[in-house]
Amino acid sequence: MSLYRDVTNKPWDQVGLPDGIENKPVFAVSNERLALTVFMIIASVIFSLLLVSYYIRMGIGDWVPMSIPTQVWANTTLLILSSVCLQSAVVFSRKQSTISVVSRAGLSFGIGGLLAVAFVFGQYQVWGLLAETGQGVRSNPANSFFYLLTSVHVAHLLGGLWVWSKSAISLIQGSTSEHFRQTINLCAIYWHFLLVVWIGLFFVLANT
Amino acid sequence: MAYVPLADQDDAHALHDPQTFVTKYIWSQDHKVIAIQYGGVAIFVGLIALGLSIIMRLQLGFPDTFSFIDPAFYYQAVTMHGMIMVIYLLTALFLGGFGNYLIPLMCGTRDMVFPFLNMLSFWFYLLSVLVLLASFFIPGGPTGAGWTLYAPQSISMGTPGYEGGILFMLISLGIFIVAFTMGGLNYVTTILQARTRGLTLMRLPLSIWGIFTATVLGLFAFPALLVSAIMLGFDLILGTSFFMPAMMELGEQSSYDGGSPILFQHLFWFFGHPEVYIVALPAFGLVSDVISTHARKNIFGYRMMVWAIIAIGGLSFMVWAHHMYVSGMNPYFGFFFATTTLIIAVPTALKVYNWVLTLWQGNIRLNTPMLFAIGFIFTFVHGGLTGLFLGNVIIDIPLADTYFVVAHFHMVMGVSPVLVLFAALYHWYPKVTGRMFNETLGKVHFWCTFLGTYAIYLPMHYLGFLGMPRRYFEMGSTDFVPASAQALNANITLAAIFVAIAQILFFVNVFWSLRNGERASGNPWGATTLEWQTPDTPPKHGNWGEELPSVYRWAYDYSVPGHKQDFIPQNEPGEEYEKTHHTAGGHS
Amino acid sequence: MAIAVVLFLLVVGTVIFHFASPWWFTEIASHWSNIDFTINLTFWVTGFVFIAVNLFLAYSVYRYRQRKGSDHTAVYEPENAKLESGLTILTTIGVVAMLAPGLFVWAQFVSVPDDAMEFEAFASQWQWSFRYPGADGVLGTADIQHITERNPWGINPNDPNGQDDVVVKRPNMVLPLNQPVKALLRSRDVLHNYTVPQFRVKMDMVPGMVSYLWLTPTRTGSFEILCEQYCGLGHHIMRATVEVMEPADFQNWLNAQATFADTQQLVAADTNAGQQQYAVCASCHGANGEGNRAMNAPKLAGLQPWYIERQLRYYQEGVRGRNPEDSFGQMMAPMANMVNSDQARRNVSAYISNLPQTNAAVTLPEGDAARGMRIYEANCAACHGSDGKGSWATDAPALAGMDDWYLAHQLSNYRTGIRGDHDGDDYGYQMVSMVKAMRTQQQQDDVITYINSLR
Repeated sequence: MSLYRDVTNKPWDQVGLPDGIENKPVFAVSNERLALTVFMIIASVIFSLLLVSYYIRMGIGDWVPMSIPTQVWANTTLLILSSVCLQSAVVFSRKQSTISVVSRAGLSFGIGGLLAVAFVFGQYQVWGLLAETGQGVRSNPANSFFYLLTSVHVAHLLGGLWVWSKSAISLIQGSTSEHFRQTINLCAIYWHFLLVVWIGLFFVLANT
Repeated sequence: MAYVPLADQDDAHALHDPQTFVTKYIWSQDHKVIAIQYGGVAIFVGLIALGLSIIMRLQLGFPDTFSFIDPAFYYQAVTMHGMIMVIYLLTALFLGGFGNYLIPLMCGTRDMVFPFLNMLSFWFYLLSVLVLLASFFIPGGPTGAGWTLYAPQSISMGTPGYEGGILFMLISLGIFIVAFTMGGLNYVTTILQARTRGLTLMRLPLSIWGIFTATVLGLFAFPALLVSAIMLGFDLILGTSFFMPAMMELGEQSSYDGGSPILFQHLFWFFGHPEVYIVALPAFGLVSDVISTHARKNIFGYRMMVWAIIAIGGLSFMVWAHHMYVSGMNPYFGFFFATTTLIIAVPTALKVYNWVLTLWQGNIRLNTPMLFAIGFIFTFVHGGLTGLFLGNVIIDIPLADTYFVVAHFHMVMGVSPVLVLFAALYHWYPKVTGRMFNETLGKVHFWCTFLGTYAIYLPMHYLGFLGMPRRYFEMGSTDFVPASAQALNANITLAAIFVAIAQILFFVNVFWSLRNGERASGNPWGATTLEWQTPDTPPKHGNWGEELPSVYRWAYDYSVPGHKQDFIPQNEPGEEYEKTHHTAGGHS
Repeated sequence: MAIAVVLFLLVVGTVIFHFASPWWFTEIASHWSNIDFTINLTFWVTGFVFIAVNLFLAYSVYRYRQRKGSDHTAVYEPENAKLESGLTILTTIGVVAMLAPGLFVWAQFVSVPDDAMEFEAFASQWQWSFRYPGADGVLGTADIQHITERNPWGINPNDPNGQDDVVVKRPNMVLPLNQPVKALLRSRDVLHNYTVPQFRVKMDMVPGMVSYLWLTPTRTGSFEILCEQYCGLGHHIMRATVEVMEPADFQNWLNAQATFADTQQLVAADTNAGQQQYAVCASCHGANGEGNRAMNAPKLAGLQPWYIERQLRYYQEGVRGRNPEDSFGQMMAPMANMVNSDQARRNVSAYISNLPQTNAAVTLPEGDAARGMRIYEANCAACHGSDGKGSWATDAPALAGMDDWYLAHQLSNYRTGIRGDHDGDDYGYQMVSMVKAMRTQQQQDDVITYINSLR
C-alpha cells in the first residue's frame, strides 16, 4: 500500500523528484469529487449521531412508537424516481457530445430535480398531516425525532437542490458547458447518498 | 471523470485576477487576503473575550467593588469568554487564519482548490461572529449558561439569556459550523490533491500535518456540536424533550418530560474533546516549524512527530467522557475513559521530548518567535502534566469543577496555543507584510505574556487543590477557604490585568512595523519550507509567478553537513549536494 | 540566555511555591485517603517529569544558543529510533504507574459496601433538602410529578416505604461517624452537584435520574456542602452544611426530625386563633396588615404564610432582631415571643396572609425603571419571579405591592451585614450575595422603582 509506504519512509534520505515530473494527489479523483465524498462522510456522521441519540432516547421509557402516514411511502417513491432520473442523466451524458436542456441528459437531470422538489413538498405535507392528527412535534419523543430526522434530511436535500437549480438555470439559459457532465455526475452521487440515508432513516422510524 | 494533474491544469486554471479594491480586499478569493480577514476578525473577537475575562477577574479578585458587575453579567462574561476564545478565536485563527495562509504556500499551489467556497467560508464566519455579538444587545443579554451550554439549565429559568441569548448562540454556532465545513473541505482537498510536484506527504512541513489533522478532526467533530445545537434548539423553540427531563421551574411543573441531560453532555464532549486537539494540533505543527527553523536543526524524529499527530487525532475521539466523570453517567465508563485518556499522554509526551531534542545540539537563535516557542514548551509541559491528574478518574473526583480544572485547561489550551499564535504571528510576519517587526518590543511582549500568564495560572492550581469551585460569582464566607486565598485571587487578577495591558505591545508592534519596520527579504530566517521561497514578498496573487516550484527534499534540511549554507530550501534541486550524513539503518 | 536562566528559576520557583503554599487540600474527613495517595503519587511522577524536562530544556537552550563570534553549527540528526523507543517505554511505565492505582481506587468507588446507610440529597435551584430512610430502612419512591408546596421532595404519597422517611427541609444534614453511607442524589430542576471538599468525593445530581456516591465519615465536625456543577444564577449561593456526629448523637438528631407522614398530617392552621393573636400585631402593622410607616412597621398582607412563619421563628430564636444596629428588628424581637409555638406561628401567619391585599403607597423618589428592570430581570426574577410575587420553590417572599421603604431598608441591612449573616438564617446569605446586583444607591433606587411598577 503506497500510503503506508509514504508515511513510513525516511524523507531525509530521499533527494530529488521521486515521482517524476508530476505531482501526486493521494486520491485519483477530481477535487470536486473528493470534496463531495468528504462532505458525504460528514453528513453520515451527522445522521449517525442523530440515530445514536434516537436509540438512547428511545430507552428512556416514555417512547410511543408512531404510525408513519402512508404518504411517506409515496414520498419515498418520488425520491427513488428522482435518483433514477439523475442516474439516467449520468448515463445519457456519457453518450452525448453536448448537453443541453432538451437533450436526454438535460431532461432527465431536470425531471430528477423536480421530483426531489416534490419529495420536499411531500415531506412538508406529512408534517402538516401529523400535526393535524395530534401527532405534533411535542406529542412524543418518537414524533419529535420524526420531525428532527426528516427536517435534517430535507435540509441536506435542499443543499443539493441549490446546486441543481444553479445548473438547471444555466442549462435553460442555453449554456452547454462541459462542466455539466461533472455536475450531473456529482448530483447523482449525492442524490443516491441521500436516498440511502432516507431509506435507512425510514426503516428506523417505521420499525421503532 | 478523468483526473487532471494540477501541473496540466496550471495554465487552464482561471485565477480570477482581482481588479478593483473591492474584489481585491473585500470580496477576495485570494487565500492570503482571506487568511488576513479571518485573522483580523478572530483577533478582534478575541480582544472582546479578553475584556470579558478581565471583568471576571475583577469580580473574583475584588468581589465587593465593582458596581457594573452583577451576578448575571458575571456568568454571561464567563460563558462568552469561553465560547469566543475556544471557537471564534482559537479555531478560527489557527485554521481560518494560518491554515488559509500557509496551506497553499507550503504546498506550492496558487490558491485553495475552491477559492469561491473559501471566500464564502470567511463571510459565514463573519456572520456567525456578528450574530454572536448581537446577543449582547438583545433583552436579557447573551447566554450565561457556561460555554458547555449544558441542558437543561441553558434553556431554563434561572440562567441569564435563557430565551434569547441561547438562541443567538445556537444560531451562531450553526453558522460557524457551516463556515468551518466550507473551509475544511478546501484545506483537506488542497493538501491531499493539489501539492506541487515532488511534495510527497512525508515532505510536508509539520504545520501542514497539524492543520490537516485538526481539520479532519473538526470535520468529524463539529457535526456532534451541530446535532446537539439543533436538538437543543428544538427543545427551546418547539418544546420537544430530547434533552429536557421532567423538572420544576419556579414551583411549576415544566412541560418537558423524559429527556436526557447526559445525552447532551455526550454529544457536546464528543465534539468538545476533539476540539481541544483542533486547537492544539495546528499549534503543535506551527511550533515545530518555528523551533526547527530557529534552532537551525531538523525537527528531531519527524516520522514520530507525524505519527504522534495522527495518533493523538485518532485517540481524541475515544476520550470524550473524561469530561463527565462526575456527571452521573454509568461509573464503569470511568475505567475505559481513564485508560484511553492516559494513553494519549504517550504520543503527546513524545512530541515534547522531540521538541526539546530538536533544541539539543542545535544552534539556537533566541529571537522573539523562538522565545515564544520555548515558552510554549514550558507551559505545555505544565498543562499536559496536570492533565494526568484530571484524566485519572479517581483523582478527577476531588478536583473536578474546581479552579484546578480552570488552571489546567487555560495552561494547556489557553496559554500554550496563544504562545504559539504569537510565535507564529511573529515568525510569519515578515512574509505576510514584507516588513520586519521590532525585535525589542517583541521580546518585552514575550516576557510580559509568558511570566504574567504563569503568575496567573500556577497559583490558580492551588486554589483548586484547596477545593475552591469554579464558576462562582464569589466565594462568600466559606470556612475552608482562608483569607489568604482571597488575597491570592486579588494578585491573580492584578497579573491578569498586567498581561492584558501587555498585549498592547503586540498591536503597537504590528501596526508600527507595518510602515516603519525594516524591509524583509524573502527568507529572513533562512527557512527551508516553500512559503519562504516565493518570488515576491509578500507573495503576489497566484503566489509563484510563472512556474510552480518543484520540491526535491524534505522540509527540514537544516545544517546538513558538507553544505555551505545551514539550510537547503525544499525547492533546491538535490543532485548537487549528496548528503554525507545518514542515520543508522537509513536507506533510500 | 535570559530564557535559560528564567526557565531554571521558574522550575525552582514552582517547586518552592509548591512546598511553601498554604493552599492545599483541606484536612480529610472521610475514608478516601486512597484518593489522596493517588494524588501524591501522581505528584511525584509528574513533578519528576516537570523538573527533568524543563531543566533539560533550559540546559539545551543555554548550551546551544547562538553566540557572537562562535561558528558553532547544529548537528544533523533526523531521528534516533533507540532513544525515541526508550523514551516511549519510559513514559508508558510512568503512565501505568499512575493509572493502575487510580483504577484500583476507582473500583472501590464504584462498589458500595452492603452495609452502607442510604440517605438522599435533593437539590433545586438553589437549595438543598435531605431525606433519611425511616425505621424501615428504605427510602420511599419519589418523582417530580408528586412535587407540591407541601411535598417539595416529590415523595410518592402512596408508597408506604416513604411515610416514615425523615425529611429535612433546611440546608443542614447530619451523618454518623465511621458508618459507611451512600448518598442518593436527585435534582428537581437542572444539574447540580453534591460536594463536600473534606470528603473528597463529589457527584452531579441530574434531573430524571438518581446518581450516587459513598464514603465513611472519619472525623466529627461541621463541613460545607457546595454545588459544583453550574446551575444558573444562584450557583455560588447554593450552600448547606453536613455535620458528622457520634452515632448516638446522630440517632438522637434523627429522632427529633419530622417524618414525611408528620409533614403531611399537620393540623390545618386555625385562622380564628390567628386573628386573636394578631390583635397585638395590629397596633403597629395595622388592622389589615397594611403597615405603618410612622411606627416603622412594614406591610404584612400579601406575604406568603411560610415566609411570615419563618421570620417570626427567626425573631424568636434571635436570628433576627439581636443586632444592635437593627433598630426595627430590636423592636420586633420581643413581640415575636408572643407567638412562641409552631402552631401559633402557623395560625397567625395564615391569618395575615389571608388579609385583603392592597398595594402599599410609593414613598421613595423615582429611579430609572428601565434600568431597574434590567437588573431585576437578570438577577432577582429567577427567585422572586418576573411578577415579583415570590415563590415557595425558591423560598422567596413577595416583593410587588409591598412597602418600598422597608425593602430599601432590608436591602441595606443585607448589604451591611445586619441581616443574613446569622448561621441560623437558612437563606439570608443568598441575599447578602445577591444585593451585589445593586451596589450603588442609584441601582437600588432603580430596582425598587421597577418593583413598585409591578402591581
